[in-house]
Amino acid sequence: MFLRMLVRGTVVRRGRALTALLAVVVAAAVSTAMLNLYVDVGAKLRSEFRSYGANVVIVAKEGQALPPDAMAIVERSISGKGIAVPFAYAVAHTAGGRPVVVAGTDFGEAQHLNRWWSVTAWPSQAGEALVGTRAAAALTPSNHPFDLVYNGHTLHLQPAGILRTGADEDSRVYLSLREFSAWTGVPSSSIEISYTGTSQDVSALADQLGQALPQAQVQPVRQIVEAEARVLGKTRSSLYAVTVLIILTAMLCVLATLTGWVYDRRSDFAIMKALGASEGLLRGLFAAEALTLGAVGALVGFVIGIGVAAWIGRVNFHAAVVPRFSVLPVVLAGSLGVALLSALFPMRLLRRVQPAMILRGE
Amino acid sequence: MFTRLVYESFRRQKRRKLLAGVAVTLGVAVATAMVGVATDIGDKIGRELRVYGANLIVTPADDALDVQIGGVNLKPANDGGYLNEADLPKIRTMFWRNNIVGFAPILPVTVSTLSGSAELVGTYFAHAVHTGNEDFVTGVRTTHPLWKVVGEWPEDSSPDLLVGQSLAAKLGKHAGDALVVDSSSHRVAGVLSTGGPDDERMFAPLAVAQQLLHRPGAVRSIQVSAITKPEDDFARRDPKTLKGAVYDRWYCSPYATSIAYQLQEVIPNSRAEQIRQVAQNEGTVLSRIQGLMLLVALAALFAAALAVSSAMATAILERRSEVGLMRALGAGKFPVGALFLAEATLLALIAGTIGFAIGAGLAHQVGRRIFDQPITIQPVLFPYILGMAVLVTVAGSALSIRKALRFDPVRVLRGDA
Repeated sequence: MFLRMLVRGTVVRRGRALTALLAVVVAAAVSTAMLNLYVDVGAKLRSEFRSYGANVVIVAKEGQALPPDAMAIVERSISGKGIAVPFAYAVAHTAGGRPVVVAGTDFGEAQHLNRWWSVTAWPSQAGEALVGTRAAAALTPSNHPFDLVYNGHTLHLQPAGILRTGADEDSRVYLSLREFSAWTGVPSSSIEISYTGTSQDVSALADQLGQALPQAQVQPVRQIVEAEARVLGKTRSSLYAVTVLIILTAMLCVLATLTGWVYDRRSDFAIMKALGASEGLLRGLFAAEALTLGAVGALVGFVIGIGVAAWIGRVNFHAAVVPRFSVLPVVLAGSLGVALLSALFPMRLLRRVQPAMILRGE
Repeated sequence: MFTRLVYESFRRQKRRKLLAGVAVTLGVAVATAMVGVATDIGDKIGRELRVYGANLIVTPADDALDVQIGGVNLKPANDGGYLNEADLPKIRTMFWRNNIVGFAPILPVTVSTLSGSAELVGTYFAHAVHTGNEDFVTGVRTTHPLWKVVGEWPEDSSPDLLVGQSLAAKLGKHAGDALVVDSSSHRVAGVLSTGGPDDERMFAPLAVAQQLLHRPGAVRSIQVSAITKPEDDFARRDPKTLKGAVYDRWYCSPYATSIAYQLQEVIPNSRAEQIRQVAQNEGTVLSRIQGLMLLVALAALFAAALAVSSAMATAILERRSEVGLMRALGAGKFPVGALFLAEATLLALIAGTIGFAIGAGLAHQVGRRIFDQPITIQPVLFPYILGMAVLVTVAGSALSIRKALRFDPVRVLRGDA
């Protein structure tokens, strides 16, 4: 009987029930999407920040060289959660005797590490070099092959592309590390690491590498690490404030609609009471209706909200926001709570009124 | 008669009007705050991102190649061209001067100390630059906010030094010690920690470096920290190929490229370039955060609109018997509808104004709490927000009014509609 009243009550007043359900669904969807974004925005932005390049730099201490297995040690420590790129530097001279800095690196990896480098074409074969824009203006203005001398050894180079960064790199010539060491015999002197993780993770990695490589100085790049933490913190706080505001509005929406829905049914209430239903039964009936509405609305809203969050992630970050099922209990509890509140609030008002007066239409 | 009806309705149904009014007020407040936060977050986060340091660099047009490895300059110091210190204040006269957060001149000199040679960099710490009738305080303290000093920052008018921590450890100096540089003694005001290659250098007021180099007024480069707009295809156009209005639009957009172009214009014989690591990535991060907030603001506006219109719908459905009574007394559908819409409009205007004020306060608070800087809502937004409030309120009511008008007055009055 209780169940039948519950079902019939909803079916007979389909229009109003649907409006109320819609309000719950929208509120739950918006809340789910916001909570999901809030939880995931840190990871999303952190990967954006990795485009700033290295956040840990290893440099050989003065007068010492990095051990030959340094790269292997580093690769093991970062275990796939970042990129490590070796760099070697030497000062060579042009045929005319002008000094120029030559660097050796792994082009394939450097491309991923320093995504801000503007490069016209990456070198692909032996004998090709990447020439900084200022170095190019001085060495090979018309893009002809040129010679560099280091310790009496001459190397003939073909400029493959022009590198533009606006910093020191503009005055350098980059070679592949293999060619560089064959020519100069200078081993790599620094390793730049871009590690994905919180600032604690980054300093933990730096400490760990510092112990593994006593010949080297391992330093987190403070500028990069701290700025990332600051911007991330502020963005999350803004999103938090906004999330609270939105959820409050959504709750208000549900409250207004459900209150109206229950209030609208005051004549049902009066008839039942006149027929002898107890206060408790009535309250139970209304509460059960509201809870059903809240639960159905929360579930449907959750699914829609996950979709909205994923869409925002795709549009804005080009990577879907991973659904967090830990959000579901929160949204469910919130919806049930608000639904219950908005059902019982008008009940209190109605209780004071005599059924006869409601039925008479006053 | 019409005005009296509206007036009486507000006077006699205070509770109902209050409920609907609260809903509209809250909805408008949230919408206002969201629009404020979403439009201003780019600027606020842009300022936060300025901790990355300078994003533009100005060098002499005829500069020789840098020979620098790991922050150590291997080039003879007097090689290459110079800029003129007297041109620096002009940076504050260019079109985008208000987007310039700060700038710092750089003049490196190789000096000898008792324990070998070292690099000394002349710069401004917090120097007041006079332009017209305003003073602009700038220097490395503005362009590099993450630099930390043990001891104190040197005065720009003093001969004091700031020594990088690695160099200080090598020289065995602490804050307050005296350090002999090129046979003259200077006080070490503080020890600098930057977490980068600058830890190997010492810094001095620009005049000290010019004196050591015997080049008064000389500056090697200028680091400029500016708030820029994320780069897009238009920003990458070459200004020389643009004409007329398109050129003006390019020139008047705060792209890193157009600010660099203007810097090049005001500083004679110079070459201004964006430091891509800072400038490019700033653009990416900024556009992501802005995009996120924009989408979220849309969600908020949607939720607020729904809340307002559902509150209005509920309020009107409760008043079905009033509609029935008026209709029974012979009122036409149109005057009754107009009456209710007028009430809704009035409610939206009152509640919208209050909501706008609350929302502005809310945005102000959010800005103060999170960014230590208030987010101000432009008063220009007021008519738009109010218009939106009226639109949503009226739209929310209109549906219910239509429904209420459709009912047969007799049945409504009997209470079984």
